[in-house]
Amino acid sequence: MSAAQVTADTAAVTGSAPLWRRSLKALLASPVVWFCLVVLGTVLLCAVFGEQIAPQSANETDVSRAFTPPGPDAWMGTDDLGRDVFSRVVLSAAPTLQVSVTSVGIALVVGVTLGLLAGYYRGWVDVVVMRVVDVMFAFPVMLLAIAIVAVLGAGLTTAIIAIGVVYTPIFARVTRASVLSVREEPFIKAAKSLGARDSRIIFTHVLPNVSAPIIVQTSLSFAFAILSEAALSFLGLGVQPPDPSWGRMLFDAKSFLNQGWWLSVFPGAAIFITVLAFNLIGDALRDVLDPKTMTKERA
Amino acid sequence: MTTTNVSTTAAFGVDDLSVRIGSAQILNGVTWSVERGETLGIVGESGSGKSMTVLSATGLVPRPPAVVTGRALLGQPDGSQSDLLTMTAAQLRAVRGRRLGYVFQDPSTSLNPLLTVERQLTEGLEYHLKMRPAEASKRAVELLEMVGIPDPARRVKNYPHELSGGMRQRVMIAIALSCDPEVLIADEPTTALDVTIQAQIVDIVRSLQQRLGTAVIWISHDLGVVGGLADRIVVLYGGQVVEQADVETLFEQRSHPYTQGLFAARPTLGRTGNELVTISGSPPDPRELPPGCVFYDRCELRLDDRCRTERPPLVELGPEHWVRSFCATPERQEATA
Repeated sequence: MSAAQVTADTAAVTGSAPLWRRSLKALLASPVVWFCLVVLGTVLLCAVFGEQIAPQSANETDVSRAFTPPGPDAWMGTDDLGRDVFSRVVLSAAPTLQVSVTSVGIALVVGVTLGLLAGYYRGWVDVVVMRVVDVMFAFPVMLLAIAIVAVLGAGLTTAIIAIGVVYTPIFARVTRASVLSVREEPFIKAAKSLGARDSRIIFTHVLPNVSAPIIVQTSLSFAFAILSEAALSFLGLGVQPPDPSWGRMLFDAKSFLNQGWWLSVFPGAAIFITVLAFNLIGDALRDVLDPKTMTKERA
Repeated sequence: MTTTNVSTTAAFGVDDLSVRIGSAQILNGVTWSVERGETLGIVGESGSGKSMTVLSATGLVPRPPAVVTGRALLGQPDGSQSDLLTMTAAQLRAVRGRRLGYVFQDPSTSLNPLLTVERQLTEGLEYHLKMRPAEASKRAVELLEMVGIPDPARRVKNYPHELSGGMRQRVMIAIALSCDPEVLIADEPTTALDVTIQAQIVDIVRSLQQRLGTAVIWISHDLGVVGGLADRIVVLYGGQVVEQADVETLFEQRSHPYTQGLFAARPTLGRTGNELVTISGSPPDPRELPPGCVFYDRCELRLDDRCRTERPPLVELGPEHWVRSFCATPERQEATA
C-alpha cells in the first residue's frame, strides 16, 4: 500500500471527543438550556435543602396572620391558617421531584425494556406487549391514574405507581418504533455475523442507537409527571394533607380565590416554571441528539 | 440429477442448498465449495440468490419464514466437516466471527455509528478469543495496521463517521479477520466504493489471503472484479448454479448463454459504439419459476420445446467445468462470441 494511496483515502481528520461530550457541548451553548438548568437546579436545591431554605416549617399555623399579602414578612403571603406560602412552595419541591423522578424512572425502565423486546423479537411478544399498550392508551391518562389510586388507596407511593404505570406505554411505543428501524440496520446483521448473542446486540448495538428519542421522552415525561402529580394532589388523591405539594396547595387555594390571589398564583407559577424548564430542555435535547444535526457537524 | 459435490477437503461449501420463503423459491439445489487458501467468486445479477446462499448457509436468514434444506459444510481442524444448518444457535454463534468472517456491502451502515472503531474491533476478540480488554485493544491497533490504515493508534479511537468509505471497509475487513477465521465471506464488499478504492480493497484482501491462508468467498455482480481475484467462479441465475468453472476456463470457454450475456454486457475500453450491451428482460420471479430453463425468457439461443418444458441438468462440459443449459455447446458459443 503506497503513501499516495493512503493520502487519497484519508478523510479529514476530526477531533474524536466522545459523542456524549459533543452533545453536551452543543447543549450548553444555548442560553435557553442555561435558564432551564438554573430553574431545575433551584428546584433541586429546594428539594434537598428545603428545611434550611424555608423560613418556617410547612405546618406552622398562626391564625392571626391569616391572608397576609406578599410582603417583607412573608414573601409569598400566608394562607387561611397563617402558614407561610413561600415555605410551603419550597418544601413542596421534594415530594414533587420524588414523585416525578421515581414514576418516570419506573416508566422508563419498564417501558424501554418492553419496547426493546417487542421491537427486536417481533412475533407474539410484540403482539402481546403492543395490544396491552394499546388498551392502556385507550384510557384517558388521568382517568387511568385515578382508577389505580382508587384501587390502591390515596398517598404518595400510590401516586408514584399510578403515574409510573400511566407513562409506561409511551416509553414502550417510542422505544419499539425506533428499534423497528434500527434492527434492520446492516450493522445489526454484521454483529450477528460476528457471533454476538441477542442480549449483547440489544444492549450494545440497539439501545444506544434508540437512546435519543428515549432521552427526549424522559425529559418531557418529567413535565407531564409533575402535572399529573399536581392534578392527583389537586383531586386529593396524591400527597395527603397536611403535607404540602404544589397541586395540593392549588386545591386548598381554590376556596379562597377572592381572599388571596397569592395562594394559587405562587404554587401555580412553581408548577409552570418547572414544567416549562423540563419541556424546553426536552426540545433542546431533541435538537442536539437529532442525527441530522450530527450530519451537519460531520460535513 | 448430475451435480457437483462438496469436496471432503473444502474449508466451506454448500451442498444442494435450497431456500424457500413462502411461495418464492429463492435458491434451488445450489452446490459449491471453497478450499483453504482459495478464492471462490459468486457472480449474478440482483435477485439471483448470491447473498442468499451465504446468508442462509450461515444461519443469518431467519427460519421461519425461510425454509432451508441441504447442507452447509464447514471444515473442522480435525479434517471432518460439520453442517451449520443442523447446529444450535449457541454453536452457530461460536462459529460466526470465529471461523467465518463476514464483510458486507455497505461499510457506512455496517458499522455501529455510536461505537468507536476500537469497541467494534475488540468485541469479537473478547467474546471469541477471551482476550482481556487491554490485550484486545492492542490487537485492534495491529489489525488496523494490517489492513493498511495509517496512524492506527489514533484511528482506533475514531467513530465510523470520521472515516472515509474505503477506511470503513478496511475496518470491516479487520473486524472480519480479527479472530483469524478460516473462511472470509465478502458480500459485494466493493460495490459501494469508487473504483480506485475498490482496487485497494481487492489488493488488501488478496495479500491478506496469501499471508493468512484464508478461504475467500467473494460475491459480486462485477465480473471484472471477480475475474481479477477468484480462482473459481460460480454463476448464479434464478437461484440456480448455471455455470461453474475455474477463471481461465470461464473467461475463455464461457458456455451458458447467460454467462455469455454477462461478458458481452461488460463495458470495455476501446469498444466503439454508443450503446452498452444489455441482456434484455429481467430475472424470473422466484414465485413463478418457469418449468423449464430459468433463463428461457431471456435466452437468445433457446431451443423452443425442450428449453421451455424441461429443466436442464448441470452437465460437466470439461474438467471441473459445469454448465446448466441445453444450448451450451462450444460451436454455439463461438457463433455468438
